[in-house]
Formats: sequence, structure tokens, C-alpha cells
Amino acid sequence: MPKYIFYPGCSMERSARPYLDSTLAIQETLGIQLEEVPDWNCCGATEYAASHLLPSYALVGRNLALAAKQTNGTRTLVAGCSACYLNLAKTDHYMRHDAQLADRVNTALTAGGLQYQAGSVTVRHLLDVLINDIGLDRIRSKVVRPLKGLRVAAYYGCQVPRPDYDRRFHNHEYPNQLEQIIKALGATVIDFPLKTHCCGGHMTQISEATAYEMIRQLVHGADQYQADLMASLCPMCQLNLDAYQVEMNKFFKTSYHVPTVFFTQLMGLAFGLDAKALGFGKEFVSAAAALAKIGVEAPPAEVDQVPPPAKLPRGKPSGLPMPRMPGQEE
Amino acid sequence: MAATPGDSRLEMCIQCGTCGGSCPSGADMDHTPRALFALIRADLRREVLRSNTPWYCVSCYYCTVRCPQEVHITDLMYTLKNLAIRAKLYEENPAAGLAETFTDQVENFGRSFEFGLATRHNLRHRPFSLPGLAPLGLGLLSKGRMDLTPRRIQNLDQLQRILARAKQLEEAV
Repeated sequence: MPKYIFYPGCSMERSARPYLDSTLAIQETLGIQLEEVPDWNCCGATEYAASHLLPSYALVGRNLALAAKQTNGTRTLVAGCSACYLNLAKTDHYMRHDAQLADRVNTALTAGGLQYQAGSVTVRHLLDVLINDIGLDRIRSKVVRPLKGLRVAAYYGCQVPRPDYDRRFHNHEYPNQLEQIIKALGATVIDFPLKTHCCGGHMTQISEATAYEMIRQLVHGADQYQADLMASLCPMCQLNLDAYQVEMNKFFKTSYHVPTVFFTQLMGLAFGLDAKALGFGKEFVSAAAALAKIGVEAPPAEVDQVPPPAKLPRGKPSGLPMPRMPGQEE
Repeated sequence: MAATPGDSRLEMCIQCGTCGGSCPSGADMDHTPRALFALIRADLRREVLRSNTPWYCVSCYYCTVRCPQEVHITDLMYTLKNLAIRAKLYEENPAAGLAETFTDQVENFGRSFEFGLATRHNLRHRPFSLPGLAPLGLGLLSKGRMDLTPRRIQNLDQLQRILARAKQLEEAV
């Protein structure tokens, strides 16, 4: 059974939990084994490098060093999240091509008793592993519930096809690996010219108008081509297209309804796995109608357990309970 | 700019503007990347570091892969953000605040913590947006897609030693 070193990342553990659950659920069907990097830390997303450039490489360096120490007979480090994948790949890439950087990262790692020899693990995205190692034939052979009639927009976002240091996706703007997998599951792939356009990343936290327009374009594009749902391969993209689709609708007073799920959830469905176990029902924009098209009953939507906050006095925002931040009280 | 890993090829820019034309948030930038590179050449340091351009960069890498001169534009934006923070030329800038809040969490927990990030960031920079965002936060909580408390890595001490050494090395340059 092929083994891989697996880096889940912070988002996959929480906001993108359905991505992690469905990925772990399909590994048995596909005959692969993902072994988590022990005690991995955050990859820094797009934020850490903005304020601490060299430490951001040391931050990722620790993960690479821990992965390289893992002795399960493989050197392939797999990430599902686009930002995690890029940061791991980028650190390894620049450590290979910039001796001074490699030296400084290793000097920093020494302070923690670690070392990383650039190139000693191969960083790959989950999509790359599924299509190139497992292969379409094997995927097709495992389909017991073809997603016949389901119209899917394959959405890549940015950081898997770009910058793609090791040229794994052949095309920065029009890759087609995700479409091939979705087709192998029996679904209809729609034309989706915006498939590698940006979801806005962290822009919702910086400039709403900018962020919501980027989200609107993507949702509008999928809607125009009558997609039943969008298939995503990144936690950030899914959060923006799903949770923030609701906010975007409020912002523009629109009523788009294009569910966005992870491509691994669709694979699990086609392999006959239980929809609830695959994390369906956790999306903000319900995929129930899309699932009904292929005869799958969606798990009941998880209703908000917490009552909505009462009207707040102006200027005293207390809509959410405060987090516990040791030593950092507001 | 030399802190950018690898060879950024900044000096190879031919001012063609492919970057600005490819940028999804270019319309909100006060200078397109091309214009910013011209300002760097003109040595207008203050103007460059006060620009909102790097902060509107969404790291989509369209400019980087389309640049005919293979300038590492996205990487240069990260370097510029670092320089702007160090020079304290980023007032009224929620993007820099987001980066700093996120950084604090990574250094204190070893993991990112979405709930703490969203609340602290929005309290600092956009307090009036919080009630409006409450349904989103509650939705994430009730769907099991967000934690109320941060998760810590076990060997946090090791990570902090590594990051502290990296910061020393960076400041020594």
C-alpha cells in the first residue's frame, strides 16, 4: 500500500474539516496511507511572510525537517491546502536554489535541534498524487455510484497551478486534472473559464468591496454555466465561495446559490461512502438539491445551536464571545 | 530588496504592465506593480513603502507566471510588506494588522486560530463589522468548523527557539 507523509494544516483541521474527513475516508478505497507529520506547525499562510520574511522560511523549515525525519519508506510530502502546499514547496524550492537562504534557515533550525537538507522530501498537492500516482483508471474502477447528471464547475484557485515550481500541473491558467477526476466519477464537467481566477484569499478581512467582487465573479460564472456545484481543492477558496457567498449576497443584494464542496467529498460520494461521514451538511450554501439530483439524501443541515445575538448597542460590538488569548487580553 | 529569496530579477523589469493587467485587485492599488517598480528605480523610498499595492496583493501569482521577464513579483510584494512594517509606514492599514495578529498566534500557539484571528482583527480594525459577521461566526461554530480555543503544538518551545534565532539573523543583516 503506497504511503505518504501528510501535512493537513490548520484550516483542514477546522474550517475545512469536510476536506480532511473526506480525504481520510477515501484513502482506504484508493489503497493509500497518509501518515501525518508529527507535531507540525502552521505554514504561515500568506500572513507570516508579510511581517517576518526569514522566520517564515524557518517556520516552514521546521515542518520540512520533521517530515524528512519520518521514516515510513516514502519521501513524498502531501498537502491538501493550497497555501500549505505552496509554502512547503516554496521553502524547499528556494532552499535548493539559494544557498544563503538554506544556510540561514538551517542555522535557525539548529536552535531547535533540527536540520533540513533541501530536496530531501518532495512536496506535492493531493490532486497531483491522486491523478498521477493513483490514476484515473483506478479511480474509475472504484466508482459504485456514478455522479450522473451532476453539473460540476472545477475550481482550482491560484496556488496549486501557480507558481508551480516543479511544473506538475503543465498549465498555470488552464490545468485540467481536476476535470479529469470529476469526469471519471461520472459527473458532467461544465466549461468554467474562471477556474484559476483568485477567490480573494484573506481579502475579506481587508477590503470587503474588493473581496466580494472577486467572489461574485466566480459564483456568477459558475451560475451562468448552470453548475449544480463547484468543486474546490483548497480550504481558503471553499470558505470564501461558501461561507462568504452568503455575505456577498447580502452585500450585492443578490441571491446566488452555488454550493461549493471539496473534490474529495465528490470522490467519496461516487465511491458509495456515507454523505454525512464525508462532511456534507456542513456547507453554508446547501448542496442538498445537488445531491438529490444523483439520488443522495443530504444529511439534515446543522442548525445554529446558539441563538442569534440580541440587537447590540452602537459602538459596543460584542456579537461574538471573546476568545481566550493567554497573555494577550484585549 | 535583496532579502527576497532567490534571484528576484527586479532589475529586469521592462515596464510592460502585464502584471497590472493580470492583477485581480489591481483596480484598488494606488500603483500597479509596474509603476511601483518604476518608483523603486527612481529611489522614491517613502512613496514606495507607503503604497497600498503590496497590501492589496492576494498572492495569486498571475503576474509572476505571466511576466515576460520572469520577475518574481509576488515574492517582491512580501519583501515590500516587511520593509513597510519595519519602516512603520503602514498606518490605517488592516492588512498589516491582519499579518501581525496572525503572526502573534503562530508564535504563541504554533497553529493559526481562526476565531481569535477574526475577532481580534475585526475589533481592532473594523469594530462595526462585527455584529454583521456574527451569523457567519456562529455558523462556523455550530457546524464544527471553528474552535473557540486555540490548539497548541506540543513542542512549542522548539518552534519559538527556531523563530527567535531566525529573527536575530534577519535583524543582523
